Amino acid sequence: MRRRVAIIGAAMTKFGEEWERGFRDLIAEAGVKAIEDAHMSGKEIDAIYGGTMAAGRLIGQEHITALIADYMGLNPIPATRVEAACASGGVALRTGFLAVASGFHDVVVVGGAEKMTDVSVGDAAVALGGAGDQEWELFMGATFPALYALMARRHMHEFGTTIEQMAMVAVKNHKNAARNPYAHFQNEITIRDVLKSKMVASPLRVYDCSPITDGAAAVVLTSLEKARKYVDAPIEIIASSQASDTLALHHRKSLTTLNATVVAARKAYDMAKLKPRNIDVCEVHDCFTIAEIIASEDLGFFKKGEGGKAVEEGETELDARIPINTSGGLKGCGHPVGATGVKQAVEIVWQLRGDAKKRQVKNAEIGMTHNVGGSGATAVIHILKRAD
Amino acid sequence: MVTIGTPMSWRRIPERYGLIGSECEICKANFFPARKICPNCRRRGRTKPIRYSGKGKIYSYSVIYSPPTGFELEAPYIIAIVELDEGPRLTSQMDDCDLRDVKIGVPVEMVFRKIQEDGKEGLIHYGFKFKIAK
Repeated sequence: MRRRVAIIGAAMTKFGEEWERGFRDLIAEAGVKAIEDAHMSGKEIDAIYGGTMAAGRLIGQEHITALIADYMGLNPIPATRVEAACASGGVALRTGFLAVASGFHDVVVVGGAEKMTDVSVGDAAVALGGAGDQEWELFMGATFPALYALMARRHMHEFGTTIEQMAMVAVKNHKNAARNPYAHFQNEITIRDVLKSKMVASPLRVYDCSPITDGAAAVVLTSLEKARKYVDAPIEIIASSQASDTLALHHRKSLTTLNATVVAARKAYDMAKLKPRNIDVCEVHDCFTIAEIIASEDLGFFKKGEGGKAVEEGETELDARIPINTSGGLKGCGHPVGATGVKQAVEIVWQLRGDAKKRQVKNAEIGMTHNVGGSGATAVIHILKRAD
Repeated sequence: MVTIGTPMSWRRIPERYGLIGSECEICKANFFPARKICPNCRRRGRTKPIRYSGKGKIYSYSVIYSPPTGFELEAPYIIAIVELDEGPRLTSQMDDCDLRDVKIGVPVEMVFRKIQEDGKEGLIHYGFKFKIAK
């Protein structure tokens, strides 16, 4: 019988272009703050799981989790790296969840980090390209924005989704980010700003794309039973699910749905015995604006093809039907790749504790995180609930 | 630039130059790029090479204005997912065509082109691109 698992500590660094700080500084700050937030000492930690996608390409450093344990002062506990491209953080969280649920470890720290601005933008793009099919997509001249542009074009073709609707995702996420002191972007933008920004891969423009960001996030997990010993309001992980799909986008039956998301969502709702309408707040993987629209449909919040209209009608705003990406999402809060999946959990923990300040969703009791690797070859979903 | 080593590039020559994929003799499914193991039949499958006609239709497309390292001189260029007449889809650049003619559903055919090169003294990688069919 598996044990129930709760998050008792959550923290993140400021996301942004952090020229003064390196990978080690970022992850150590997030990790130490998370342990402090859990009201415990480092001695009680049994293991670390670290999510990072491309430390080898971005800072030339592999074997990264032993280094994290070192800089957090946690040697000699086991430290394991988890990699699933942009879903590395979410899969690290799931790995930590499994370790506690199984009873093998009592207290684990899950960290996620990426240091992306130590290399040129071109080199960062090449590193991110590793999330797709190198031989048959990237080698042929495709880029990551182009892969999502191919999805966007099909979504527009099949459902009449418009570039204005996609732009509204960016506008909303910047608006939320402006209320989040940890977010990369602190400014609001207009639809006009999006539509006038530089074209990257048509129909996607710069403001349809998440930025290149440095940052780290961490959470502390333990069994629900033990959680109350440390904190008054533990946040229980009531569902954890993960699914995979073809690495290359062109091998999928449909470009307008991520089957890994659909499958993981079904499993997560089953595990939590909930329906999409029970979710009060959700962080989805909006690496590009079209990705948020597709995710909002695949997660069951809106019918397939109606995600664009839902954004246009404001249904995903704070305090609307389903608030999506209150942190600002990947678009507004930033996307330090390996950190993103963990940061999503940090945002939901803050929302469920009532600590999200200017972007607080009223009476939020159940929240969801949705983290995607590449163009959809991995999807990992968690559902969190207040357990006090 | 995406680093493709010499052995890696050479072993893909049949596929890139001749659009050679594979077909499973058991379930009749065909694959591009070629697969040694049929994912449907696994150990019960038996694959053999097949050559595609090189004809297909545009399934989706995008014009890339921000090129990756190594493709700077090409930008802006068109990237498409092409659905081959035999079924499989692939990602390819579109060549020799006017952007106004590029639309979902338009018939296309394979052409042989240079894809990229490893600097001035390195390997030149050739392979398929597609153009609007006459």
